[in-house]
Amino acid sequence: MKSLRVKDIENEWLPKSSLEVAVGECVVISGPSGVGKSLLLRAIADLDKHKGHVGIDDSSCNDVTAMQWRKQVGLLTAESAWWGELVSDHLDDVDNEMLAALGFDAESLNWSVDRLSTGEKQRLAILRVLVNKPDFLLLDEPTANLDPQSVNKVEKILLAYCHDNPAGLIWVSHDSTQAERIADRFYSFETTGLVEVMT
Amino acid sequence: MNMISLTALDLSIAALLVIVLAVLGLKLQLGVTRQLIIAAIRTTVQLLLIGYILKLLFENVHLGYMAAISIIMLLFAGREVMARQTHPYKGLWGFGMGTLSMFLSTFMVTLIALTVIINNDPWYTPQYAIPLLGMMLGNTMTGIALGLERLTQAAREQRTKIEAQLMLGHSGQQAITNIRRQSMRYGMIPIINSMAAAGLVSLPGMMTGQILAGSPPLEAVKYQILIMFLIAAGTGFGTVIAVVLGSHRLFDERERLRLDRLRK
Repeated sequence: MKSLRVKDIENEWLPKSSLEVAVGECVVISGPSGVGKSLLLRAIADLDKHKGHVGIDDSSCNDVTAMQWRKQVGLLTAESAWWGELVSDHLDDVDNEMLAALGFDAESLNWSVDRLSTGEKQRLAILRVLVNKPDFLLLDEPTANLDPQSVNKVEKILLAYCHDNPAGLIWVSHDSTQAERIADRFYSFETTGLVEVMT
Repeated sequence: MNMISLTALDLSIAALLVIVLAVLGLKLQLGVTRQLIIAAIRTTVQLLLIGYILKLLFENVHLGYMAAISIIMLLFAGREVMARQTHPYKGLWGFGMGTLSMFLSTFMVTLIALTVIINNDPWYTPQYAIPLLGMMLGNTMTGIALGLERLTQAAREQRTKIEAQLMLGHSGQQAITNIRRQSMRYGMIPIINSMAAAGLVSLPGMMTGQILAGSPPLEAVKYQILIMFLIAAGTGFGTVIAVVLGSHRLFDERERLRLDRLRK
């Protein structure tokens, strides 16, 4: 079983933290806002400079190019950014099966990004990251801006990917009932760093 | 040459116009009077100074002197490029990138112009070399400054869009392709516009000067066309080099967007 290993990661904004997640497992991180949960995910995705070790099994993220690393370890934010005009500008090779699984069809690719609803946007953002077939997903409050129906959909999609692919999820969530629903294990992010919570 | 030499009185009359404008500015509370006066004084002092330097150089033709004055002009232009940036690159890069790109493009184009096209003896005859290099630097400076300004501004504004692409495993240069193109275009637009408008809307300054000095209009026009082409090439190449260097500096070896390399 592959696992993502984070050991003593830290940078100027982030307290020293360690965690591990295996494929097929969903780990939830909660904690007060402003302590750096997003920054932790950014550091794991190697978007910010950091000390300490991040890698899959015994390898380090520095063993592969940054591009390869971010394809293996995909980061999804609460609010997705879109740089092109059409949906298709953001998806290189997507098969119809994946589109259908997320509730879209080939026609959706010609939609203008500006006209997407928040829920559609987030599901397409998920599609965008799943196209890379990442072994691990870093989810930064992926359902924070969604209505309850969309929350339900997104949870199902992500957990299905977690079990089927299989992939490991690190899911930052504020919502304790959501955490109950999805988590295999819990971490709490404190000002001193990450603490595993036993239940 | 039927050139009419200007006297101190002639210049004083023109200066009087600037003073009248300054007084008007004061009455209208435009807040530019001080700047206007200082700029007018600077223009007088700087041009007189360069006049004396040129006189000296024309009388003592030597490659060493020419190299020295070229380097000094280049360094001033480099400093000006940096001064025009809202968020210049930190450290030596801010000065170095603009200066290097300007050096590569303007010196190359000017050298070709002097050795192949004008082909005077010696090729570094200051009467040709200095005005040519000056015009090249002045225009290239504008292009590079505009290009880099656009690049850094857009990178700051579109940070989330750039990082969204990085998150999906795109390289930094892929993520910034559109911004890079746009910045190069920005730098080239002024020279394209002035080529398009030359003669119709504006009479280019150099040509006007030559005509005032008594050159036959068609000779002046030929020189102006040459200069326009050289400036277009110099500005274009310079802007492309500067924007390529600048866009690489925005990312590090792990393809992270490094806006911290820009000054706040």
